[in-house]
Amino acid sequence: MHRSSEVKHVASYLNTRGCECFGQPCESHCPVLTDRTIHVQLKTFIKIRVKPDRTGVVTDGVKHSMNPFCEIAVEEAIKLKEKKLVKEVVAVSCGPQQVQETIRTALAMGADRGIHVEVSGKDYETLGPLQVSKIFAALAKKEQADLIILGKQAIDDDCNQTGQITAALLDWPQGTFASEMTLEADKLKVVREVDGGLETIKINLPAVVTADLRLNTPRYATLPNIMKAKKKKIANVKPADLGVDVCSRLEVLKVDEPPQRQAGVKVETVDDLVGKLKEAGRV
Amino acid sequence: MFPACRYSLQARRCVGALKAVQAEHVAPQVYSTRSSSSTVPRITTHYTVYTRNKDPRWEGVEMERFADEADVVIVGGGPAGLSAAIRLKQLANQHEKELRVCVVEKASQLGAHTLSGACLEPSALSELIPDWKERGAPLNTPVTEDKFSILTEKYRIPVPILPGLPMNNHGNYLVRLGHFVRWLGEQAEELGVELYPGYAAAEVLFHEDGSVKGIATNDVGIAKDGSPKDVFERGMELHAKVTLFGEGCHGHLAKQLYKQFNLRENCEPQTYAIGLKELWVIDEKKWRPGRAEHSVGWPLNRNTYGGSFLYHLNEGEPLVAVGFVVGLDYTNPYLSPFREFQRWKHHPSVMSTLEGGNRIAYGARALNEGGSQSIPKVTFPGGMLIGCSPGFMNVPKIKGTHTAMKSGMLAAESAFSKITDENLQSETAGLYIPEYEEAFKKSWIWKELYSVRNIRPSFHSYFGLYGGMVYTGIFYWILRGKEPWTLKHNGLDSAQLKPAKDCTPIEYPKPDGKISFDLLSSVALSGTNHEHDQPPHLTLKDDSVPVAHNLAIYDGPEQRFCPAGVYEYVPLETSDGMRLQINAQNCVHCKTCDIKDPSQNINWVVPEGSGGPAYNGM
Repeated sequence: MHRSSEVKHVASYLNTRGCECFGQPCESHCPVLTDRTIHVQLKTFIKIRVKPDRTGVVTDGVKHSMNPFCEIAVEEAIKLKEKKLVKEVVAVSCGPQQVQETIRTALAMGADRGIHVEVSGKDYETLGPLQVSKIFAALAKKEQADLIILGKQAIDDDCNQTGQITAALLDWPQGTFASEMTLEADKLKVVREVDGGLETIKINLPAVVTADLRLNTPRYATLPNIMKAKKKKIANVKPADLGVDVCSRLEVLKVDEPPQRQAGVKVETVDDLVGKLKEAGRV
Repeated sequence: MFPACRYSLQARRCVGALKAVQAEHVAPQVYSTRSSSSTVPRITTHYTVYTRNKDPRWEGVEMERFADEADVVIVGGGPAGLSAAIRLKQLANQHEKELRVCVVEKASQLGAHTLSGACLEPSALSELIPDWKERGAPLNTPVTEDKFSILTEKYRIPVPILPGLPMNNHGNYLVRLGHFVRWLGEQAEELGVELYPGYAAAEVLFHEDGSVKGIATNDVGIAKDGSPKDVFERGMELHAKVTLFGEGCHGHLAKQLYKQFNLRENCEPQTYAIGLKELWVIDEKKWRPGRAEHSVGWPLNRNTYGGSFLYHLNEGEPLVAVGFVVGLDYTNPYLSPFREFQRWKHHPSVMSTLEGGNRIAYGARALNEGGSQSIPKVTFPGGMLIGCSPGFMNVPKIKGTHTAMKSGMLAAESAFSKITDENLQSETAGLYIPEYEEAFKKSWIWKELYSVRNIRPSFHSYFGLYGGMVYTGIFYWILRGKEPWTLKHNGLDSAQLKPAKDCTPIEYPKPDGKISFDLLSSVALSGTNHEHDQPPHLTLKDDSVPVAHNLAIYDGPEQRFCPAGVYEYVPLETSDGMRLQINAQNCVHCKTCDIKDPSQNINWVVPEGSGGPAYNGM
């Protein structure tokens, strides 16, 4: 069978802990999935409180929404679809019932179908990048994805691990912190934002890409699209069905608020400053 | 613009009415282009003031809107809107009819823009959903104790709350209204109502015969300077046989409808108050779940209407809802409702409760004070007004949720038969439902509001607060509001300010960071945010008026009455003088500026959906 240069499917993953995105070029006529994960996280500017029992933060009633980097990832997948470089975009999320709303937002932006990996209760509270990566790796194989696009990190836990772990589990190349991404035949050119500047790499498909801020500007999910998205399918899957054990290897011992910032002290002269430093035992 | 104080009360009212008509917001398509003078920096860029038809940046931009049909569209997912939606679906199920009901709500999720004390009378809820307890409605705190006090600077004078007085709360529940609204939303969704939070109704649509056709949601992707961004998307049109407007107190679409259909020709202008509220987790030893405390007096003088509430909630942790209400007919432009609230918390009787506690939430919202005298016509071809938008709050009780819910239910019941009647010959394309107005006049809402109609206006005499209390004692408690006269209000709130030179600035104490706080840290707690790259939604009809008029005559009262620090007068960078800076991102959608601006130059329009406060159970 002639190997198509087209990436057939794009899948997006919605992840409550990390963004994951994966896809694989398909050599046969079967569809290729590019996955993108959309991370569901607590809205940025809401004041977060530590729970009285110090096991975590209060999330009840707090608005959850799509991780901004995941929005960028979804947008990128849809752009690829609009350029007819990929056939199908699948949005995936792991979490309780409420993540369906976020999957719908991705569907409203243009994803074709969604997969909701049900994780709730205690399992959800301890769900971390390792478990999510395992889920994504399993789904990638199942859906035969070509490309996974995720946000680079979740803004509630700042782990920045899921994309990398997924790539390792699948033994796929990875292009992380992508600020530009071009599909050339069956290779992917990725411009990465690194500390020293910009690094351009060429990786084979299937690959994992994590989106950074400057990759694109996500479109709005308009109301007519939200209404249409209600008709798109969201499949329900359990981690056990994928053969993944979501048991956490980490135990959170304690969560505390950041220490209150102490008021500063103004000093009049340099001698005063030195004196105060000596008092504080710094000199 | 005429300084109001120079004229007699009568003339002042005429001037106020004139100003209101002049300033009234017309339908967005009919705006005159006013440019600010060259020396005044441009502040307003919104398309409701500067039309896009003639704007060269908008040439060639696709302005066609996607349209969809529903049977009923409800603007506002609050108690009134959701009660109407639930009632419609209940009736539809009962009569086995298909009904498409869509609710649009500007908040990102239901309850995020809801703020109230709140002490809920469960009457309307029991009518709507009799098994609310089994369904898990979050009414967890029955009122066990009522306390009412008159405060002086150092002391507290207790006032007995005898049965029959409006402040008696036996049988009521202390609730977190945001959570209650969220629960109502779940009930609505179960019945098949389509809820669309995050989408604001920005424009009313009209049929050719002038009746209401539906609404259009907000456009997205307009840059701060008014030009289209790459991600620009037009809003969507939702057409309906009848549209219910439940925007809450001083809704921006309702403002247009009053003008369009002349709904206020036979009623008094609405008067308002601003309510500020905080949630505190207090020391367990001080917690008395079920206690509802109210106070009047200090720090307000006897001629400034207002008071406080402190409710001990029973929701697992020692939580209290504490707040302060100030009537917006205050006359001193130096008054800052926010700082009065912060100052009040330092009263010994309040500090004893809050000491050692932690503040976890803050918010503010305007509320109605007009009562039955200020209720406009509530029905017009194609639409109806429900809830606090027309304003059914029982002012002395400070309760408006039960009447808002009932009004939603009545609107639903009146509309149902007409909507589902296939053989109906309607005169107008949008259905006209006068039955709603009749039903409402016959209901307990009207009886209740009528009996308390004179209490608020009785505060307008020289004796202020004390006159009002005496009046309440005699005419309400003894005579149950049966007196044959109806007192009038003072006119528009915006016309009440005296010029700054005739008033004394108020010395407010500095916030101590433990009981009282500064404005900006409070605003941060409200979780408010807006997409920064959009035109400010606090639009000015004339950009030069704030400095020339508000600052010059009234010393810029908007700097003080805005509970979110949106308005700031800052020095001009290049020359002498000041300019108004609008920090639209801070806005908590309270509507106070639209109400109290003495020049009525500020017109609050809805920003991009999902923007605004992120209240959690306020």
